[in-house]
Amino acid sequence: MFGYYVELAVRSLRRSKALTALMILAVALGIGASITTLTVLHVLSGDPLPGRSASVFMPQMDPRDKERDDHPDELPTQVTWADGMNLLHAARARRQALMAAGSTPVQSDDLAIDPFIVPARYTTADFFAMFGVPFRYGQGWTAADDESRTRVAVIGAELNDRLFRGENSVGRTLHVDDVDLRVVGVLAPWRAVPHFYDLNSGNYSVGEEVYVPLGTARAAKLKRNGSIECWGNKSSDEANMETANCVWLQFWVQLDDPAAVASYRRFLDGYVHQQVALGRFERPAVSALPNVMQFLDQQRVVPSDVKLQVWLALGFFAVCLVNTVGLMLAKFMRRAGEVGVRRALGASRRSVFAQLLVEAAVIGLAGGIGGLGLAVLGLAMVRMQPGASAELAHLDLTMLGTTFVISIAAAIAAGLIPAWRTCRIAPALQLKSQ
Amino acid sequence: MLKMTHLAKVYRTEVVETYALRDFNIDVKEGEFVAVTGPSGSGKTTFLTIAGLLETFTGGHYHLDGVEVSQLDDNARSRIRNEKIGFIFQAFNLIPDLNVFDNVEVPLRYRGMKAAERKQRIMDALERVGLASRAKHYPAELSGGQQQRVAIARALAGSPRLLLADEPTGNLDTQMARGVMELLEEIHREGATIVMVTHDPELAARAQRNVHVIDGQVVDLAEEPRFHAHAHTAHS
Repeated sequence: MFGYYVELAVRSLRRSKALTALMILAVALGIGASITTLTVLHVLSGDPLPGRSASVFMPQMDPRDKERDDHPDELPTQVTWADGMNLLHAARARRQALMAAGSTPVQSDDLAIDPFIVPARYTTADFFAMFGVPFRYGQGWTAADDESRTRVAVIGAELNDRLFRGENSVGRTLHVDDVDLRVVGVLAPWRAVPHFYDLNSGNYSVGEEVYVPLGTARAAKLKRNGSIECWGNKSSDEANMETANCVWLQFWVQLDDPAAVASYRRFLDGYVHQQVALGRFERPAVSALPNVMQFLDQQRVVPSDVKLQVWLALGFFAVCLVNTVGLMLAKFMRRAGEVGVRRALGASRRSVFAQLLVEAAVIGLAGGIGGLGLAVLGLAMVRMQPGASAELAHLDLTMLGTTFVISIAAAIAAGLIPAWRTCRIAPALQLKSQ
Repeated sequence: MLKMTHLAKVYRTEVVETYALRDFNIDVKEGEFVAVTGPSGSGKTTFLTIAGLLETFTGGHYHLDGVEVSQLDDNARSRIRNEKIGFIFQAFNLIPDLNVFDNVEVPLRYRGMKAAERKQRIMDALERVGLASRAKHYPAELSGGQQQRVAIARALAGSPRLLLADEPTGNLDTQMARGVMELLEEIHREGATIVMVTHDPELAARAQRNVHVIDGQVVDLAEEPRFHAHAHTAHS
């Protein structure tokens, strides 16, 4: 019967073109506004590590002194060199990576290309495997390279295109800031959205183009970027960052199951208590171990105005739907005579109800198509706005599916009352009045 | 086939109760052609809509093809309507957006019949009423008589046990009315049970039996002097 109902729906919609157009327009406008704002929210609040985010955690502790009273309840999102190295070398997680942001000038062998500066990440070997970073050529460096501060690098796809015309550049030399690094891997295009592993460089900042072992970068004095928080009287100049009382490194671990998480939590708690006992940590022994999504929630990464815009758009959609209910009621009640005939010929109330809801669903589908067009336009306008997050506003397959699920479900919901009232019409009365 | 015993239909408002049918008794045997006559407002159409399960009744009993229908839910009533009853209305009640073929197909669709069987039945029914060549025409392209023939084909396509006709020639001129009536008689001769509501004494006279309804009750014409002459004319 479903095919028959669809056929009848299309026929019915063709019959009253103006009313149909109004209903489709109402749904399309509501869908267009809602999907535009929902897409922005979806992109900005998306999972940067699909399938992995639940098993990647940020160990947090508070090594700061007692003097500072700013945000005493918020744990730093970075660690000191000493703590980072302690946790890294303890190797209590399946994978762990310590890292810092940087930027470095790059010089091409082709003298026609002027030196240019690219964002860099100085990190440890597990970074690539832990975050599932895809490689086009080669692979990451090893833990041994970290220890021996080998002069190697992994480069991004864009830099590889720019310097090596997209060829396999593994084994080639990368000149950065007067240092020669051997390329061991080239990434496929990759960008974590949000830039969860280091929000200090911007919640939605673009990915790095050069990855260098942390030890190598420090030894070669490559330029470091990013936020830094220091306390006490110790020197905190760039050359002494390893001994400074400053948090400036990000540390992430991979824990694959609840037992590993519980075990690491115990280890981290023990470590913090030990540091308090040693007098290194002055504040209460507090630690935390949020996973990626918990961390992003904690940091309130999604701008609050984006959520407000979604609510406003949904409110507008509700107004559109109320109008659609009225239009559907008018349309369905106009067909009371036909409904009477169908009832006389054997259609049950349930059949009539189903037929009218299919008609509502077809309106929803058409409205969804129209709304999709409007959303594409809306997102194009969003991308014209300044800001790193604006350029991310693209419709993906999930939102494409969501568009039609929402539009059809909303149209069916709008059709419920009109369909119910129409199917309750007494057929005898209609047949007499024909 | 159709038996109503002490049937009542009451329309209630806050201040008044109106009996459309009261103590209504009728027994139509299988294969009969019964004409139900009576003045306007006597309850003939109410009887027909209750007989066709389009309306419920307030009291009494109604057995259709041996089934007491008063306790049936909407689904069961719809199924019986679809499988056992064929309707022919005064205003034809064809769906204007559907062509002749699709109009005749409507009751078969609700029976869940396969496409090939539906097509066969539709073409047989249209052949039967002489309109097979008009299958792709829309109701507006047909004369009143042709539209009523399509309605009859629609009623026949499902091979119902009972045909209910409400003033089937009321909207037709004499010639077309005669054609439709001849068709109904032919269908009856082939074994169909027909109950026809009509004002027209000439049409009523062509039925096997007349049932007269006044004020919601079946009356015996022989006991109603004011109808003697009328009844005599009708049967002569």
